[in-house]
Amino acid sequence: MAMTEQEILAGIGKIINEITGIPAAEVTPEKSFVDDLDIDSLSMVEIAVAAQDEFGVEIPDDQLKNLKTVKDVIAFIQG
Amino acid sequence: MSTDQVRVVVTGLGATTPLGGDVASTWSALLAGRSGVRTLTEDWVDSVPVKFAAVAAVDPTEVLPRPEARRLDRAEQLALVAAREAWAHAGIEKVDPERLGVVVGSGIGGITTILSAYDTFKEKGWQRLSPYTVPMLMPNGPAGWIGIEIGARAGVHATVSACATGAESIGYAIEMIRSGRADVVVAGGTEAAIHPLNIGSFAAMRAMSTRNDDPQRASRPWDRGRDGFVLGEGAGIVVLESEEHARARGATIYAVAAGVGYSADAHHIAQPEPTGAGVMLAMRRALDNAGLNGEDVKHVNAHATSTPAGDVVETVAIKEVIGGHPLVTATKSMTGHLLGGAGGIESVFTVLALHERTAPGTINVDDLDDGIEVDLVLGAPRELPGGRIAAINNSFGFGGHDVAVAFTTV
Repeated sequence: MAMTEQEILAGIGKIINEITGIPAAEVTPEKSFVDDLDIDSLSMVEIAVAAQDEFGVEIPDDQLKNLKTVKDVIAFIQG
Repeated sequence: MSTDQVRVVVTGLGATTPLGGDVASTWSALLAGRSGVRTLTEDWVDSVPVKFAAVAAVDPTEVLPRPEARRLDRAEQLALVAAREAWAHAGIEKVDPERLGVVVGSGIGGITTILSAYDTFKEKGWQRLSPYTVPMLMPNGPAGWIGIEIGARAGVHATVSACATGAESIGYAIEMIRSGRADVVVAGGTEAAIHPLNIGSFAAMRAMSTRNDDPQRASRPWDRGRDGFVLGEGAGIVVLESEEHARARGATIYAVAAGVGYSADAHHIAQPEPTGAGVMLAMRRALDNAGLNGEDVKHVNAHATSTPAGDVVETVAIKEVIGGHPLVTATKSMTGHLLGGAGGIESVFTVLALHERTAPGTINVDDLDDGIEVDLVLGAPRELPGGRIAAINNSFGFGGHDVAVAFTTV
């Protein structure tokens, strides 16, 4: 069964909190990883690996660099 | 006691050790003669012949925020905890970043990261490796992280000389300031190597105590019944500063980092040279470098690891170079052997001994070995004399490295 956008957002918030310490509540769909959340490229790799475990969706490197905002990741996971 | 070089002073101390999570708790446990050694309860303990170690009293992951801790090797975690304490202790509000340096090393580097990352690699593939694996395993990682934290741009270095690493780092830092490269340098050593592979490897050398039935009595330097060192973990960091810089900001000065002496045994990769020639040379050079005479030195924090080979010959070297008068102590009897961290914490202890005029004791010496003709501090701590006095911290390492760091009262 496909996850809802809210469920995916909650999952991403949990992952980002675990990796960066940013409160999950601050992880909202319109936020940019680099400009708003100050997440560097190594942390993005950690987040992508954790997202793979959490959602069962592999994010290839060439796709990862196109995922600029939380909304982009949600859309990618929803396929 | 005069030298025409730039005087380097100690203005900050930090430590996290098997005796305590900071300098104050470590020092009070040391003066109380407590052992930081405990029986290990990990599953793997059945696979190795040594079933105890001196584990850090306060786990660094309890102190550091989780997002930070997860991208640091344990040696880096311990180093950052100690460096933050030392930096806060020094209370430096403003320093030119281009005049601020770091010299912090470890004997082995991020060994537990290497081993666990290899397990992840074999079981799950490269895609599951943390992108922080390399900065976690590299031996200059602790120095790099500390440098980023304090904004040090004069140079960040990591010396590696096995169990002499911490002392060598402090020596290098003294030289950085004297040569004019920096005004302030954060220096010391760290180690986190309590892992079955390391214990197995040291045991294969027959270097470790196997006193499994009485772990707190296992580290017994100079005792006839000593049967090897006890592995410990932790970090010791000092903030060194040119005296001019420290005076200008009204800093509290705990001691003068008066000089360093280096030598090498050129004898055997792991065994100490039996006449103590290298150790004597290092101590002579430390005295010369610091402008001291043997009679100025009232205290020695000995390397004394509780291995059969090295403990006695070090005292012979002390007697020859300094004399029979200094109060000689082996704090490893309580902390265990922190390898690359040893010279760091023992320099902290040497500075405190001068500052508080108290030489810590040595525990577990029930039956003193033959051939020791220096004044050992056995049991309780002893008072050091007044006036301007000096003390030496000795550290030696596999590879034949000998380092002696000399400190004096202010």
